[in-house]
Amino acid sequence: MMTNIIKRNRYLILRRTTQLGLLILFGGANWWGWKFLMGNYSSAYVLETFYLADPHAVLQTFATGFVMSADAIIGAVIVLVFYALIAGRSFCSWVCPINMITDLATWMRKKWKITKKESFFTFSRKTRYWVLGLGILLSPFVGVAAFEVINPITMLHRGIIFGFGMGWAVIVALFLFDLLLVEYGWCGHLCPLGVFYSATSRFSLIKVKHDVEKCTMCMKCFDVCHEEQVLHIVGEQSGFIKDECSNCGHCIEVCDDNALKFSINNYKI
Amino acid sequence: MADTQNMNSRRDALKTMFRGAGLLGLGGAAWGTTAIKLKASELTLRPPGALEEKRFVKACIRCGTCVEACPYDTLQLATLDDHTAIGTPFFKPRLIPCYMCPDVPCVPVCPSGALDVDVIAKQIDGIKSEEPDINKAKMGIAMLDQEACLAFWGIQCDACYKACPLLGEAITLEFKRNERTGKHAFLKSVVHCNICTGCGLCEHACVTEKAAIFVLPRTIATGKVGEHYIKGWDKADEERLKNLKEEKAVKSSPEDELNDWEYLLDDD
Amino acid sequence: MGINRRDFVKTTAVAAAATAIGISLPKKMMAGTPEKSEGGWRWDKAVCRFCGTGCGIMVATKNEKIVAVKGDPAAPVNRGLNCIKGYFNAKIMYGADRLKQPLMRLGADGKFSKDGKFKPVSWKVAYDEMEKQMRKSLDELGPTGIGVFGSGQYTVQEGYAMAKLMKAGFRSNNLDPNARHCMASAVGAFIQTFGIDEPAGCYDDIELTDTVVTWGANMAEMHPVLWSRVTDRKLSDPDKVKIINLSTYTNRCSDLADVEIIFKPHTDLAIWNYIAREIVYNNPESMDQEFIDKYMQFTTGFVDTGYGMRTPDHPGFTDLEKQTVKKEVSKKISKDEAVTLGYLGYKEGDTLEMKHRAKANGHWAISFEEFKKGLEPYTLNYVTGLAKGDPDEDLSSFKVKLKLLGSLYMEKNRKVVSFWTMGMNQHTRGVWVNEQAYMVHFLLGKQAKPGNGAFSLTGQPSACGTAREVGTFSHRLPADMLVSIQKHRDVSEKLWKIPKGTINPKFGSHIMKIFRDLEDEKIKFAWVNVCNPFMCTANANHWLKTAHKMDNFIVVSDSYSGVSAKVADLVLPVAMIYEKWGAYGNAERRTQHWKQQVVPVGHAMPDLWQYIEISKRFKLKDVWGAQKIPGLKGGLPDVLDEAKKMGYSPEDTLFDVLFANEDAKSYSWPDPIGEGFTNTEVEGDGREIMGTNGEEWKGYGFFIHKYLWEEYRSFGEGRQHDYADFDTYHKVRGLKWPVVDGKETQWRFNSKYDPYARKADVGEFAFYGKALKKIAKGNLKGIDKSAGKVDLTNKAKIFFRPYMDPPEMPNKEYPLWLCTGRVLEHWHSGTMTMRVPELYRAVPEALCYMHPDDAMKYNVAQGDLIWIDSRRGKVKVHVETRGRNRMPKGSVYVPWFDEKVLINKVCLDATDPQSKQTDFKKCAVKINKA
Repeated sequence: MMTNIIKRNRYLILRRTTQLGLLILFGGANWWGWKFLMGNYSSAYVLETFYLADPHAVLQTFATGFVMSADAIIGAVIVLVFYALIAGRSFCSWVCPINMITDLATWMRKKWKITKKESFFTFSRKTRYWVLGLGILLSPFVGVAAFEVINPITMLHRGIIFGFGMGWAVIVALFLFDLLLVEYGWCGHLCPLGVFYSATSRFSLIKVKHDVEKCTMCMKCFDVCHEEQVLHIVGEQSGFIKDECSNCGHCIEVCDDNALKFSINNYKI
Repeated sequence: MADTQNMNSRRDALKTMFRGAGLLGLGGAAWGTTAIKLKASELTLRPPGALEEKRFVKACIRCGTCVEACPYDTLQLATLDDHTAIGTPFFKPRLIPCYMCPDVPCVPVCPSGALDVDVIAKQIDGIKSEEPDINKAKMGIAMLDQEACLAFWGIQCDACYKACPLLGEAITLEFKRNERTGKHAFLKSVVHCNICTGCGLCEHACVTEKAAIFVLPRTIATGKVGEHYIKGWDKADEERLKNLKEEKAVKSSPEDELNDWEYLLDDD
Repeated sequence: MGINRRDFVKTTAVAAAATAIGISLPKKMMAGTPEKSEGGWRWDKAVCRFCGTGCGIMVATKNEKIVAVKGDPAAPVNRGLNCIKGYFNAKIMYGADRLKQPLMRLGADGKFSKDGKFKPVSWKVAYDEMEKQMRKSLDELGPTGIGVFGSGQYTVQEGYAMAKLMKAGFRSNNLDPNARHCMASAVGAFIQTFGIDEPAGCYDDIELTDTVVTWGANMAEMHPVLWSRVTDRKLSDPDKVKIINLSTYTNRCSDLADVEIIFKPHTDLAIWNYIAREIVYNNPESMDQEFIDKYMQFTTGFVDTGYGMRTPDHPGFTDLEKQTVKKEVSKKISKDEAVTLGYLGYKEGDTLEMKHRAKANGHWAISFEEFKKGLEPYTLNYVTGLAKGDPDEDLSSFKVKLKLLGSLYMEKNRKVVSFWTMGMNQHTRGVWVNEQAYMVHFLLGKQAKPGNGAFSLTGQPSACGTAREVGTFSHRLPADMLVSIQKHRDVSEKLWKIPKGTINPKFGSHIMKIFRDLEDEKIKFAWVNVCNPFMCTANANHWLKTAHKMDNFIVVSDSYSGVSAKVADLVLPVAMIYEKWGAYGNAERRTQHWKQQVVPVGHAMPDLWQYIEISKRFKLKDVWGAQKIPGLKGGLPDVLDEAKKMGYSPEDTLFDVLFANEDAKSYSWPDPIGEGFTNTEVEGDGREIMGTNGEEWKGYGFFIHKYLWEEYRSFGEGRQHDYADFDTYHKVRGLKWPVVDGKETQWRFNSKYDPYARKADVGEFAFYGKALKKIAKGNLKGIDKSAGKVDLTNKAKIFFRPYMDPPEMPNKEYPLWLCTGRVLEHWHSGTMTMRVPELYRAVPEALCYMHPDDAMKYNVAQGDLIWIDSRRGKVKVHVETRGRNRMPKGSVYVPWFDEKVLINKVCLDATDPQSKQTDFKKCAVKINKA
């Protein structure tokens, strides 16, 4: 029974572990002076030796006309390469702290049976691509990395580590938005960072692989997927799940047929 | 509102497109103004070695590494309520001033170059070195409200002077006789803008209820004289104009000026 | 390291937040309506609570709370100004953690237990235990088994009452004030030189002089209002007026000074002698020969007097401590001393046996030629080599400065005032160096004249007024009288109306010795009054351990929980300055009185009441029988029979005899002076405090403050210490004693200004002090018993005193000098000022000032937390290489106001062997990163 629950949630547990673990490491730097990971998701100073940086933020800054120093650029390249070549869009479900908020909203939405039909407000999942483009375009005009001044991800992360101020209100608003207005509203419709990573990591190594032979078309994966449009091959052909898939592994957890699993992209099928 | 599932007709598609473009424009405008408003930070004091404010706000990646490097908890990251670009580092000297660590730990950790050692580079034999010199920091300038300053009442205070890390340079004392008592003197603090780093130790130390000496960003607290006049009594002042760029060409010509005469006959 | 700094800032921030302000309003409003201004404020005159300057202030009260203060524009000292401590007088009483109830260490059984926790108790329970413990000590050890830590912050009446209680009541001389740490060397020199205590001149000297020389006196921070007067004088004639600042480091006086002379610690002794040598050898025409011939006697004294430490055989010493303490018995003559003690035949490496430790005060007359011979070694070259304090300064620059200093003193018609405070008093040869100041001024005839004089400034608000004039020292009685002199005891016993023979003729324990006696279990009951001795006494580790571990009972009367209260067994909450009637006497002999402005907070009661209440617990038969006194042959006589003859009964309490006698009761209350003002001691204050007998406190019924003042005044009357009557002081802004025929005296010993000098009728001057005026004759080497004695009536003395090394100097292991002191923003141990949020924020912690090169040398940086470590103890402190005090290489400075940086754990408890004043300015330390 217990082992079954764990098995059913194995990726969830792992994801929460990495999300919280990173938060603790970052927090420890500010609260107790640890030197593992200083800074936050915008940029992190690792073991006092090298930096990681948010490539999306660096790109926006570049758009404002400021070329960041090598530390940040190299840091951004490391991150970009990591997701692009290896991990895919896994930032969203394995690292991003907002994911925990929006997952909670989704869970409650399901529990309270707030269905799509009851929402009176819907819009396209493509909106986030517009947000991404607009953010870059606006940056030179407003003279600041445009998305960064309203970015709820860093607001939440900074808030946890350095103190919220009024920032908590933004997070609550975002939670309510996902809960009451739009299913998967933030991550699935608005957040430009997710699609920034999915767009750049089309060819990453780690992807979910579908085996159509084993599929019984039970559709459980569709029920749990936050980006169900990526499952279009399920039941139709074997292959790798691409596009906006964030490698959350939820579909694998619920698949009783072993038709979905993490695999290494072999670029053939 | 609109039923997005029903996209059959061309008309509806067109409608959706227009609506999308409208939304995009509206969103962009709203976003842009919010962003401009949120970065407005003219009254913010930045860490030592910060680039000039406009460039700083662009450059800062908001990671908070400088905040963590500060041993005195001086720096904080702006939240929504701080009236400055969210996530950027700043300090409030009345709470915790900058203690001007000689090793300036907050600057070298900056990954983005928003805090740049070069801004406060130590001069060795007239040449900029890689070493920071905290005394070169220009975080702001201490301003003194003479009405609220106890020393200007004649009370023996000079708490700001004694707190100043560059005592005798950034703040000096001016002695003036107190004609009212006939036997005491005023010991008034005088801030020297060209040396003051804006660390705010004076503001922190000030014993009045609201500090009578307080730090403002340099852009706010400094004036600038015209570039057409030099102090005849000060040889060094010539330096100020030496490096001046060539004046831009005059836009309008005398002919244009002369030809613009019709308004003279206007009766309005 | 970062964490430590960070944690520190966080904890201090919490402490600051906790210092909010709150007070509960008492039930009773004031009777009567004295002058009230708009808004129902009542303004009345008072004195600043803090330093020895004695600024007058006006206090505004409303609804039994001090709501504002202002400098008193009519006060001659400050004319309406204050420093920032004075600016916050209104706030010092209202710290959130003000002690409001007696607190005693109680065990699980609800009874006193040495290792119990502090719990609130009633005044009755507190006094029951106090009485029990006092009796225990008295029964076991006699009158010397109890001790009182007195204060230079006592009001005159408090000090007088405690002195009377201890000396006339308990027959114990173990009462010594913290002023011992502050002024004793000045007193010693005054008595030896003038025969009477306290400065000849007054603050008006500042406006009249042409030259101000500060010797170990950071007036800019410690006497800020006086310093602003010095500044004004400088501005009034910048070319003529010269300011010279002599110090062991650059302090804020150097901002104004024309010349700053940084000298090596202790070498002020040599610099004074250099000036004297310049006068005597090279510029004899500058001497005021007539003045010298008529009023002066050259004298000298012993040098083998030790350093006021205990001998190394004391079991309490560690081996490290013994390295220094051994010099108390003998020391090797150093290279420098070989030069300066050459007149005694010593050579480098010889052993100097400290044979005259017990006779350190001994001195005798010598001829001018002998005096001159003594000065011979102090040439410009020698003194420059010895005294130059900044290794980075070159010899020639230092020489120029010394020469200038000498020539300013000598310049004909140039008026010179020399000011000093702790730099010269806290000195193992403090009396000497004070005497040297008079030596130079006397040689030039520049003393006791308007604008001319050596002027010892005091640190505390009533170090002069109470500690010295009242005589709360272990050897003194009021009006400069001594317990050891039969005639003085007789006078006192008569005025106190107590039997002859009551007063103990043996000197009591001075403050350092009270601590040592506690450690040695010779004193087992100690009472701390208006001070914080466990924080302010050097070698604190010994005394803190003593309080915790030894068999003793320590009572602390205080307003806030300072270090002393924390190590006490019983804490009594006291009324603070404006919550009681009182009087202070400042450094220029100005006595200033004030009235109780508000009702004390909580259950706090005035100190005076606390002292008098204990007197109710003891009967004459308890204390006036025969008593054993260690070291006094035959002990103290039984005076009960004599007492009976005087009409007393053995069953009378000390209260009946000392404080509530017929005389006292004749000062009735109400009194016109007190109209409209509360008097907690006299009539209660409506708070319905349950007193020490468990009944509601309703007052003594007579005007105790006036009675004590008037009785105290009778001691000085006609004995050169005349004061005005009580009522007068409530009308004027203080008067400088002696007050003769209603007139104050500005310059003593000068016939033009001082009626006593006129009365002596020996010319323009008369140094009429009575003490030590018949002395032996001799030469530099010693007394010549065959030569008889010389009578110095109406004369003063010019002492020759040589340079000697201090007992502890830096060496390889402990390479740095440590100097301690104060900062403008905080008063003494910070119990009051650290609770004013603004002052706390201004200077939240004590820092270790050091030269940046030294920081580099010892591998520490600005802001680092370091250990300062001496042979006695160590403390953690942050490094400051910038800021107000700029140290020369080889020296560090740590102020002592901060109980978290208890620097007195590090300091050496060596004292001047004559004055017993501790040298807080010099010991050897090492530093390393914490």
